[in-house]
Amino acid sequence: MRIVIVGNSTAAVGAIEGIRLFDQKSEIIVIANEEAHTYSRPLISYLLEGKTDLQRMKYRPDDFYERHNVTALLGQTVTAVDAGAHELTLAAGGKVPYDKLVWAAGSRPFIPPVQGLDSAPYYTFQSLADAEKLASALSPDSRVLIIGAGLIGLKCAEGIAGRCARITIADIAPRILPSILDEEGAALVQAHAEKHGIRFHLGNAVQSVDGNTARLADGTALDYDILVVASGVKPNLEPLTAIGAKAGRGILTDANGLTSLPDIYAAGDVAESLDITDGLSRILAILPGAYQQGKAAGKAIAGFPVPFDEAMPVNSLGLFGLHMGTAGVAKGESTVTQTDADYRRFFFADGKLVGFILIGDLHRAGIYTALVRAKIPLDTVQFDPQKPALAAFAPAARQKMINGENA
Amino acid sequence: MKRITVHEEWCLGCHLCEYYCAFANSGGDDMADALRGVAIRPRIAVEDAENDVHFAVSCRHCATPRCAEGCITGALSVVDGVIRLDADKCVGCYTCILLCPYGCITPSEGKPIQKCELCLNNSAGAPLCVQKCPNRAIVLEEGAVPCAL
Repeated sequence: MRIVIVGNSTAAVGAIEGIRLFDQKSEIIVIANEEAHTYSRPLISYLLEGKTDLQRMKYRPDDFYERHNVTALLGQTVTAVDAGAHELTLAAGGKVPYDKLVWAAGSRPFIPPVQGLDSAPYYTFQSLADAEKLASALSPDSRVLIIGAGLIGLKCAEGIAGRCARITIADIAPRILPSILDEEGAALVQAHAEKHGIRFHLGNAVQSVDGNTARLADGTALDYDILVVASGVKPNLEPLTAIGAKAGRGILTDANGLTSLPDIYAAGDVAESLDITDGLSRILAILPGAYQQGKAAGKAIAGFPVPFDEAMPVNSLGLFGLHMGTAGVAKGESTVTQTDADYRRFFFADGKLVGFILIGDLHRAGIYTALVRAKIPLDTVQFDPQKPALAAFAPAARQKMINGENA
Repeated sequence: MKRITVHEEWCLGCHLCEYYCAFANSGGDDMADALRGVAIRPRIAVEDAENDVHFAVSCRHCATPRCAEGCITGALSVVDGVIRLDADKCVGCYTCILLCPYGCITPSEGKPIQKCELCLNNSAGAPLCVQKCPNRAIVLEEGAVPCAL
């Protein structure tokens, strides 16, 4: 059997490792448009910050492809998929036949319709090449404007803060990190970033750029030297939707990663998953989920399907030394505790913990994540919003958790 | 594969395992010297519950480890059934802390995080908490794979 994986990042690695758990024989070919050995995308900000380097940011060791008997066709772009003929077309010419295909092609930066942007030079911040281009453009005198106060924009700001004179972030949203934080939490993190010199214009979209000046919705004119567009991402799904793959914002799959097309699986940023905390299908775009989706697809292809049926949002993020961790949904009944260094908000529904936002102290926070994931009724545990502990569980349940089924 | 199991009915709550863990990972060869005046940061933690119940928790080395699967850098990986940390690759994003259902990965001093590696990463060579538990509440045995929550 020949398995072709399009993409060379988290979901692709998950698929390779999932396949090779059971199947050492099938041919695996990885095709990716980037030339680089598999690397951790979220580390590009740490690279610019000097907290990692090109060797250490490799997502798997140098011998990964060799050890997993994978042929890597790097620097190749797939332009079309023929599901009937089981064949891919490469941009460089040539066809690659497959028996099973894993589409893990990820996403690309979304460029918002800002007037003047089509003729103004700008940078994006998603790939290693993006980071290297941005780094070489920066100088200690640079005034940087970042469009987008989400994860990518803020991590970019942190990464380059020591390499430029000034960073301003503008976003149409009224608060930073709107996808993971509530209003109060966002205000705290914003104040922390401001202490590190970041300036914000929120609820204030960049309407046009001209020369080296951006004009905001409220009329403010901002001069800049370097413009970074960090307004989110778009999934690279077109070659699949072009041949009729069912899709919402992302490709739809079952819990084994199988799309609506025969022998074609999808995983990672390109695919939706069913969020168990709210029952909705969406692109979660988190690294752990991408790996688990990819691995599930790999296991299914190898003939040992183990459905991935526990997808949920979990985000952990440090920003200028301040850590935050969030999981599940952020709506409904909630409790908040706040001290100088610590913000903790928990969301409840039907007697269960359904989500949380922690800023500051993340000690043992995974115990809360487990309560959300396993949907444990809180009348069976002693839930403590200050101190997550396994002591919260009833002794029998605790013994089973800690020592396993046979305890 | 051998893994640590803990028996809360035998745990005295003495917390000695925490001190031996800190010593094993201190790099020192004298316990008193290594721990004198130090706020210890052990990789095993004793929880003291109601009704005089105590139990120690350290990495379960899960068969399908959420921490390693979710690690954004590849710093956490499974080597011969043991979840090992390559601290050099870790950037301290704490994703693993948010994913571990046992609360067994913690921030560290000098490097971003720490976790139990069954003393394979230090000179003890085999879990010192197991060797030194006075009531054999912490044992290394062939065990069932824990069911992570």
